[in-house]
Amino acid sequence: MIWTILTQQLINGIVLGSFYALVALGYTMVFGVVKLLNFAHGELYMVGGFAGFLVLSVISGTVGMGWPAVAISMLLAMIGVGFLGVIIERVAYAPMLAAPRLSILITALAVSLVLQNGALALTRGQYVPFGAALGFGGLNLGPIFISNNQMILVGTAALLMVGLELFVSRTQYGRAMRAVSVDKDMCALMGINVNRVIAVTFFLGSGLAAAAGTMAGAYYGSLWYFMGFLIGLKAFTAAVIGGIGSIPGAMLGGLILGLLESFGTLVPGVGSAWKDVFSFSVLILVLVFKPTGLLGKSEQERM
Amino acid sequence: MIVRSPATSPMGRLQAVWDDKRLRYPLVAVIFALMAIAPHVLGPYATVILTNALLYVVLCLGLNIVVGYAGLLDLGYAAFFAVGAYTIGIVHHVLGLDFWLTLPLAVLAAAAAGIIIGSPTLRLRSDYLAIVTLGFGEIVRLSARNLQITGGASGISGIEQPWLFGWHISSPLDFYYVFCVLAVFAVIASLRLADSRLGRAWLYVRHDEDAAEAMGIDRVKVKLAAYVTGAIFGAIGGAFFAVNLSAISPESFSFRQSVLVLMAVVLGGMGKIPGVILGAFIVILGPELLRDLGDMRLLVFAVGLLLIMLFRPSGIWPRSR
Repeated sequence: MIWTILTQQLINGIVLGSFYALVALGYTMVFGVVKLLNFAHGELYMVGGFAGFLVLSVISGTVGMGWPAVAISMLLAMIGVGFLGVIIERVAYAPMLAAPRLSILITALAVSLVLQNGALALTRGQYVPFGAALGFGGLNLGPIFISNNQMILVGTAALLMVGLELFVSRTQYGRAMRAVSVDKDMCALMGINVNRVIAVTFFLGSGLAAAAGTMAGAYYGSLWYFMGFLIGLKAFTAAVIGGIGSIPGAMLGGLILGLLESFGTLVPGVGSAWKDVFSFSVLILVLVFKPTGLLGKSEQERM
Repeated sequence: MIVRSPATSPMGRLQAVWDDKRLRYPLVAVIFALMAIAPHVLGPYATVILTNALLYVVLCLGLNIVVGYAGLLDLGYAAFFAVGAYTIGIVHHVLGLDFWLTLPLAVLAAAAAGIIIGSPTLRLRSDYLAIVTLGFGEIVRLSARNLQITGGASGISGIEQPWLFGWHISSPLDFYYVFCVLAVFAVIASLRLADSRLGRAWLYVRHDEDAAEAMGIDRVKVKLAAYVTGAIFGAIGGAFFAVNLSAISPESFSFRQSVLVLMAVVLGGMGKIPGVILGAFIVILGPELLRDLGDMRLLVFAVGLLLIMLFRPSGIWPRSR
């Protein structure tokens, strides 16, 4: 009995952790390359969800509402939101990179508020049903049940992460990204187009957030203008746990936070009402005791 | 010290008037006179709105110490506002201690909370402080929502309004004048702090942290002082907010509240007292004027905030330093 509950929570934790990891990746990549805490990142997840929903409602007439349709919506949402991320970087962050840190943080907050309240105005604050029909099939392993949706979701997230890891470690742009995160000025001297590398970073990070947003919409069945706020904060926590700036760290941190949360609800006195308090306390404790996270490098920069 | 900005724009001209010492004192007298008669001229509805604007002046001046003076981003300022309000709600209302004795407790509670959150995080990059304060704000709101003693989601209601030397502060007009006094105190405290040794240390840390430290300023201690001072302003605002409304609930202390206060500070002009006051009035009176826009109101403010940051990062009130 207890093992059934624990295994079920393990599965829930992995599903939750996949979402956190996908969003945390964008945080960490942007932070690594431009040293900016992109507050708007959580909102890109939300916008991604709505973009996926829009594509789905357009194409559902021809391809139905199952997983293939969701996959197409997800890809298109990733591309669209990827470009949105690039535009945000060009318009709002690029002119600010030389300004004091406070200015760019407030600008990032302003961008996040514009996206959030734009969605509020468009949806009038209502929950929007996502409308995907994913079926209820799954695997029965004795008392444990794993739904097909959970498997597809975690599989897709893993695929995206492996893809990203290959991109960063094997391709020329990936190498340029790693170089820019070490020393931007030197890269410019070496003939690397730093602006384009930054654009690619924002494109990928925003795209991953959009992928998570569409999948979350399909999996949980509804969208809300405020849904990016909490996951933005959680994904940041995940990125910090793993070590901000580190791509494997973000994946690990996302998984750890997802598992901590799903097992945390089993602890007597924690329960689901205290779930978020629990994760934010983890964030504060990690920052106090190990600010570099599990896989991060310590850096002697304070601004 | 004061460099007069070219008086071309209307705001520039207004600031020129303000910067002229001969005109400033008559102007202050006029402002006081207007504050005194405003509720009698504008009627009861406007009095309530103005009281709210004055509360925001106190909160914004408090946050201004953190953001404008010390250059730190606090995204959970509503937490201190909540600590003040809930201390009154619990100690004054539930346990029955007199309001004026509870007020110092509220200040102490907020200062303690500021130290607990600030001392570990102020050592780190300023980005971390921003996100930790965001998390802290949510922790406080969710705790207020989940705990028994804070009244859960419905909060605490029926908080007794205070007596002051036989004067029962109870009507909206009474509270309007109380908040007038609070706002004036907040302005005086902000002015005095800016000119103090600590205020100059904040200025130094904001401009160049490393140079400040080389000059013997304890960076962490100075930032912590700003953070705690801001917390105290917030708690005092929250305490009077609680007795004014006589009911508090967790949703008054949401992220949105923190953001509104921050918006007011940034819109008006970080670090500049007249600007911050102007920002507080814009944020409170704006929605009253834009009532027809409904859900679009916050969007308008958010776009305004973005435009200010991109095109006029020093805010509406021109810089004079």
